[in-house]
Amino acid sequence: MKKYILILGIAYVACSCGGGNTTNESTNTSQNVKDIQIDGSSTVYPVSSAIAEEFMKAETGVNITISESGSGGGFKKFIRQEIDIANASRPITKKEDSLCKAAGVEYLELPIAYDGLVVVVNPKNTWVDYLKKSELKKMWEPAAEGKITKWSQIRQGWPDEEIHLYGAGTASGTFDYFTEAICGKAKAIRKDYNPSENDNVLVQGISSDRLALGYFGIHYYKENSKILKLVPIDDEDDTNGKGPIYPNEITVKNGTYQPLSRPLFIYVNKKSTERPEVDKFIQYYLDSAAVKVPETGYITLNKSTYELVKKRYLDKITGSLYLDIKTLVGIRPDELYMSEASQTAQ
Amino acid sequence: MITLKNRPSDKTRFYQWQDKVFKYFALCCTLIGLFVLALLLYNILSVGLHRLDWNFLNSTSSQRASNAGIKSAMVGTVYIALYTSLFALPIGISAAIYLEEYAGKNKFTNFLEVNIANLAGVPSVIYGLLGLEVFSRIMMLKNSILTGSLTLALLILPIIIVSTREALKSVPYSLREASYALGASKWQTIWHQVLPASSGGIFTGIILALSRAIGETAPLIVIGAVVFIKTVPNSIMDKFTVLPIQIFHWISQPQKAFAANAAAGIIVLLLITFLLNGIAVYLRYRWQKKIKW
Repeated sequence: MKKYILILGIAYVACSCGGGNTTNESTNTSQNVKDIQIDGSSTVYPVSSAIAEEFMKAETGVNITISESGSGGGFKKFIRQEIDIANASRPITKKEDSLCKAAGVEYLELPIAYDGLVVVVNPKNTWVDYLKKSELKKMWEPAAEGKITKWSQIRQGWPDEEIHLYGAGTASGTFDYFTEAICGKAKAIRKDYNPSENDNVLVQGISSDRLALGYFGIHYYKENSKILKLVPIDDEDDTNGKGPIYPNEITVKNGTYQPLSRPLFIYVNKKSTERPEVDKFIQYYLDSAAVKVPETGYITLNKSTYELVKKRYLDKITGSLYLDIKTLVGIRPDELYMSEASQTAQ
Repeated sequence: MITLKNRPSDKTRFYQWQDKVFKYFALCCTLIGLFVLALLLYNILSVGLHRLDWNFLNSTSSQRASNAGIKSAMVGTVYIALYTSLFALPIGISAAIYLEEYAGKNKFTNFLEVNIANLAGVPSVIYGLLGLEVFSRIMMLKNSILTGSLTLALLILPIIIVSTREALKSVPYSLREASYALGASKWQTIWHQVLPASSGGIFTGIILALSRAIGETAPLIVIGAVVFIKTVPNSIMDKFTVLPIQIFHWISQPQKAFAANAAAGIIVLLLITFLLNGIAVYLRYRWQKKIKW
């Protein structure tokens, strides 16, 4: 037994010494090893990881790692300069922006894709042909809690049966966006629905429940289109497309699928872009996004917008275009960047 | 007289019946656990076994399910298990020995005991936040294997302390008295008598604690363990990922092919857990064989 304890003790000491040594090593080598650290939204993860994978095939010696602590968690680490790039499924907030300023972090805001949130029901649901924004609000708003419990309460003629709601958990950016777009205020929602952070659980729930209705990101619908029924949405505003509109590549991109289309971003620390591997990666990112984004199930920005975003990156224009905008709903990078470009041209 | 004899036998019959009922009830409870485990294993093996090949074991993260593998995660899990036990075991067992053998019964030790029992019930995410602030930021260890294993060591310390104390308590006091009577010092008594006699219980505690550490996801995500990594860690200051994180990530991906990856990952995680537990069971067997009294 003594032997075991002795071995354990030696190993323990060796490892604590080793710990000390490697700390020094890592601070020395951190300049030599080309590390790029990305953290943030799990919604943006598939795009960033797909592009990072391709990039590392071409650039040996660069090591990109990606974590998933959510948009908010990613920004926190971004502000502390623990990471180079933040994945975000929403624009930076005013508060986060001022924290960046206080910490001396200058950032470049790069929109990279669109995500459409889809509203789906069970395939056995024969009555729902489309939904108006006001009807979605009626079933999801906080006031509906305990009151709106039957399909017949949503629209006349629909069956007098219970409605079962499925939606994103409160920690996700998807939840923030949906509540703001439908209920008018971020995080305002009835509490008696089935929440899950895992969208596959929502897919399972809706596909096995005849009376279900739920929402999640469009790429989850694409993988499960056979077991779900997509509902077109009428935003009751004829200026951007009349009547109910299905989400797809075209309607999300041209802005007619409203109000449930949203942009996805990456934020880059300006200081990090001074490192050639980060600079190269960002340029590669913006160049290959148009090809890689569709593979991940999301929808690309206009080609011209990618060019404008890249030009803005190369000019190292820092800060966010979204800070002064009251609502995020319906604000599209394509238009924002075009109008900025036309202003600077004048 | 006859009636007097019959009354207790009625009661006895009832007790016998009660005994039988409880026996079968307990058997059912045992079988439920085994049945669920069998169902789980069947489910996982049927989904994941075909995915388990050398390629899967020898690849790293990928956005394509068929190219993705668990090399980094497997190495990360083994590193984390080793270093977590290296940190937690000596400290935990020593703390338990102090509390059980040396410390007197006073307000201070009572206070310690209550707090350790409370710590065992703290949700693991809280340990993650602690690890992020103390190890990752203040001690500047960043999101390294060292930060991960220190955090998990804190997480399992209370479990080890509590179970080791229970094991020490189970050693009869007469054994210690016999040792003292032969002129042994307190330390000699603990080292030569108490620890070997309680090794079975201590190892059981270690097995449980280590299995928990290997299965943790939340605290490691909080300290910044990565999801996508192409390299394999080779020092404890490297960034890392572990199997539960990969499994959790794959399960939440929309593509069905990732579900098979997750199942295959679970098979490997189970094997690693069995292996580590096997080592502990073997050591327990070896130590217990030496005890003769």
